[in-house]
Amino acid sequence: MALLEVNNLEVRYGVITALKGISFEVKEGEIVTLIGANGAGKTTTMQSIIGLIPSQSGSVIYDGHDITKMPCHKIVHLGMSQVPEGRRVFQELTVYENLVMGGYSIKNNANFKEDVDKIYERFPRLAERKNQIAGTLSGGEQQMLAMGRAMMSHPKLLMLDEPSMGLSPLLVDEVFEIIKDFNKEGTTVLLVEQNAGKSLAISDRAYVLENGQIVLSGTGKELMSSEEVKKAYLGG
Amino acid sequence: MKFIETLINGLSMGSTYAMIALGYTMVYGIAKMLNFAHGDVIMVGGYMIFVTMASLGNPILGLLAAVVFCVALGVTIEKIAYKPLRGASPLAVLITAIGVSYLLQSTAQIIFGSAPKMVNVADLGNVKFAGLTVPVYILVTLGCSMVIMLVLSVFVKYTKTGRAMIAVSEDKGAAQLMGINVNKIIMITFAIGSALAAFAGFFMLMKSPSLNNTLGAMPGIKAFTAAVIGGIGSIPGAMLGGMLMGVVEAISLTIPAIAPYTDAIEFLILIVILLVRPTGILGKKRREKV
Repeated sequence: MALLEVNNLEVRYGVITALKGISFEVKEGEIVTLIGANGAGKTTTMQSIIGLIPSQSGSVIYDGHDITKMPCHKIVHLGMSQVPEGRRVFQELTVYENLVMGGYSIKNNANFKEDVDKIYERFPRLAERKNQIAGTLSGGEQQMLAMGRAMMSHPKLLMLDEPSMGLSPLLVDEVFEIIKDFNKEGTTVLLVEQNAGKSLAISDRAYVLENGQIVLSGTGKELMSSEEVKKAYLGG
Repeated sequence: MKFIETLINGLSMGSTYAMIALGYTMVYGIAKMLNFAHGDVIMVGGYMIFVTMASLGNPILGLLAAVVFCVALGVTIEKIAYKPLRGASPLAVLITAIGVSYLLQSTAQIIFGSAPKMVNVADLGNVKFAGLTVPVYILVTLGCSMVIMLVLSVFVKYTKTGRAMIAVSEDKGAAQLMGINVNKIIMITFAIGSALAAFAGFFMLMKSPSLNNTLGAMPGIKAFTAAVIGGIGSIPGAMLGGMLMGVVEAISLTIPAIAPYTDAIEFLILIVILLVRPTGILGKKRREKV
């Protein structure tokens, strides 16, 4: 059964139509990637699904709920979590306080300490810097914090918007490893990436987004060997 | 000795400004708007104290009634006047706030008339210690404000809701992604600001019992100035700016040559500080997100 189902979703900014009615689905346990160039509508798709920007038509069904018109904070309470583009960690809060915010949607969490410890175990750098103001972390550390923060709410669906952006090649590999691990532990993943090679390699399925439309879809492997994808996104 | 008395008086006046400045600065930080009706909430609180004391005679009950009423008023203003304008141009919000300010002043004038009412909150007399003579109300104001500001600081720093307030002030979108209901946080901020305004009204009436419908206008503007001096959006900044404002005012009022220009001096300090530090003393430069 599909955990997330996007049907004919259309988003307009004034006169510009950013999404021209896209449809796709994410099944439970999958890693699904949306690849596409700058301005293809990837971030718009992510923000529109989680209710940060309104859609004009179409529907989004998540875990049996129609969340098309639901405000963002309520969608998050249904177990959806997002690592936004540009990380957007809370610069003035400490690493620990950022994690507290990540767990905001769980009321009276008895296992809060264990949850935090689990994140620290996964990201030892965060443990070392737990009382440091997040604004003083390096880009890579902020990405780790953004991912740890998103996992604090035990999401069923984790969405990541360009998690590899601006990171060194070594860190990029680490980020993809972590995404794979999260997925193995049972989190369904929807990924948006410009780094098509690395993301297709870990994806069960993928969609190619171009000018607000889905132009191609298939398994990760299929798309990796597709001539069009090779030419447009894999540099040859 | 005289100077220390002046200083204590200044700190007391300053703590009243700080209480009001906190309302401006927190609302600005979280809702990104200047609530120019904030000063008039003080005045409404003052009339609540007047009404309660006229019927029940107890100043503490008056304060309680003022706090409850002001909180309800602040939350209602936000819901009716400001919430529909979320995402509208800042100018529209500003004009609305000024409109609400006149609405409150005119409503008070219709109900209570334009002649000042006398509200003798309590005659606490003076206290003498270490060669100083200090009116008790000054110490009560100073003590209460300190406790309230301490509680507020702890609340913002250590509670889930407090941290959510910082998160919302920094990045509304990211805060929503945490599952934070931004509208609820804005409502709570208005509630806190209005409660502080009610306390400020109480302190002002202890100092001077005359109450009319523009009671909150000048202190409101001065407290706003204090918030900007301290760095608008910064909670410690509002406290510092308020204290600074009060001390400068108290000292200036004791020097006959400059006493008539006290208000001008206070606003001059604003100009000088903004020339040197455009973000205010504790204000941070923040990248505007597009």
